[in-house]
Amino acid sequence: MDIIKTEHLTKNFKDLTAVDNISFTVQKGEIFGFLGPNGAGKTTTIKMLTTLLHPTNGTAEIAGHDIINKRDDVRKSIGVVFQEPALDTELTGVENLDFHARMYGISKKRRGERINEVFELVDLTDKKDVLVKNYSGGMKRRLEIARGLMHFPKVLFLDEPTLGLDAQTRQAIWKYIKKMNREEKTTIFLTTHYMDEADNLCNRIGIIDHGKILVMDSIRNLKQSIGNDVITLSSTDNQKLLTELKQKDWVKKTETYDDHLTLGVQQGDEKIPIIIERAQKLDIKIKSISVRQPTLDDVFISYTGRTMRDEETKNITVPPRFKRGR
Amino acid sequence: MMNLEIQAIYVMWLRQMKRFVRSKSRLVVSIIQPLFFLLILGSGFNQFQLADIGNIDYRSFLAPGIITMAIVFSSMFTGISVLWDKQFGFLQEVLVAPVSRLSIIIGRTLGGASVALVQGFIILLISIFLGIPFPGPLGILLILLFMIFTAFTAVGFGLIFASKMNDFQSFPIIMNLVMMPLILLSSAFFTVIDTPMLLTIARVNPVFYMVDGLRGSLFGPAYLGSLYVNPPLINLIVVVSLSLITISVGSYSFSKSEA
Repeated sequence: MDIIKTEHLTKNFKDLTAVDNISFTVQKGEIFGFLGPNGAGKTTTIKMLTTLLHPTNGTAEIAGHDIINKRDDVRKSIGVVFQEPALDTELTGVENLDFHARMYGISKKRRGERINEVFELVDLTDKKDVLVKNYSGGMKRRLEIARGLMHFPKVLFLDEPTLGLDAQTRQAIWKYIKKMNREEKTTIFLTTHYMDEADNLCNRIGIIDHGKILVMDSIRNLKQSIGNDVITLSSTDNQKLLTELKQKDWVKKTETYDDHLTLGVQQGDEKIPIIIERAQKLDIKIKSISVRQPTLDDVFISYTGRTMRDEETKNITVPPRFKRGR
Repeated sequence: MMNLEIQAIYVMWLRQMKRFVRSKSRLVVSIIQPLFFLLILGSGFNQFQLADIGNIDYRSFLAPGIITMAIVFSSMFTGISVLWDKQFGFLQEVLVAPVSRLSIIIGRTLGGASVALVQGFIILLISIFLGIPFPGPLGILLILLFMIFTAFTAVGFGLIFASKMNDFQSFPIIMNLVMMPLILLSSAFFTVIDTPMLLTIARVNPVFYMVDGLRGSLFGPAYLGSLYVNPPLINLIVVVSLSLITISVGSYSFSKSEA
């Protein structure tokens, strides 16, 4: 069953098309990710799906409710964790959740139970009576996720759920996201510009760039579509080795990162002995060599023609995704 | 879903009350600052026999003005809190909830007005303790009404301001710039009865009706025409109408600015 279905969804700001005619569906129970650089249109899409922004064109349905005509029904069916924290820091964790529960019409009896349940889910039970301003960044995120789940939403939207968090906290957040997807059967729609996040969490992703969906498929299919293995190696004379290997027709693609070479090849494990042999003949010592499956980075490069990092530096002036104060 | 809307109003109200009670510095400052006026300015001027106010203690004369000032400034603070929520994202949480904008505004208005009233009452009690005349039951009722509608008017005014302005840093500066002359010309500090020009200016100043009304309710009809200008009921009608106008315009521009 399609729980999210968009049709030709478009959003124009004055001189910029932030979201350009996108149509896609998300199935019930999956973790779906929107992957793309900053300013690609991810947040704008979420704002439209969560009824905060009116689409310029097209529409979408969430759990069968139209986002334009049935805003209140949509709002009852969704939970949202925004990119910027949206907690009242002068209140305690419990108070934040209690206020949320009231505004979503959860009965008094149910409220207390549910608050304890979601606190448990994100391991914040011992902090529930602490003022939110004394929470760490990761704790705030967890509280927001807990709050998003309070009213048993059919879909939970997470906009860059681990932006600005340290590696350990990110792992923890991923764990909670997977847990609630599994235990509460919540469909999750998340946006991220972290490859590893999409790789770790999502069943399916859509790569979005300049407001358009370039490709949408399961992560496994996307990686297979590249078809290549990637060999990464480091040697005493990378430059010389590269010149030599470039002449081979089985080397599809080469790249140099710092002191590493990467080569796109078929059947990578069979190519390793050949490379070592060539290197020995040239009197070059291989310091390390490995074969790996293509990552989402490789997928991203192959569909957009550049790395996410190139895109970030190019987009140094981030277009106005959503007009906020100041 | 009536219940949901009532819950939303309650939540928005409760939130402001909790924040107010927890912010000790705000509580203390909002009470001490008016007391500076009442005690220092009031006692200072009390040494002079001001012709216009006869044998009335200047502090007693000043009290209604200071109470009004405290309520007005505190109510306007609601406007800042809206901008604050916008800046720090909490507004989004409220806006994706399945409740109407109107309930959110009503809750905010009630919250802002309640906080202001608490402050107004504390200053009223202190003033009574300092020896201003204790009004009869009718006077108390009128005082209550004036304080409530003064608060609503100012909250509405704050909302209008907040929706026209997106910068919460310059909000208090602009607010002070606008409010200072209005307060000074409202007869809060000196009577305007005998100076035709001041009286004319006062008549187009909304704060004048609040101060004049509160003073009238406090001193009773014996002082009409000597300490205050209009009978309290006339002032009350003006202030109630003002509150209806500012609240409607305020809620309208608030809901528009966020949509």
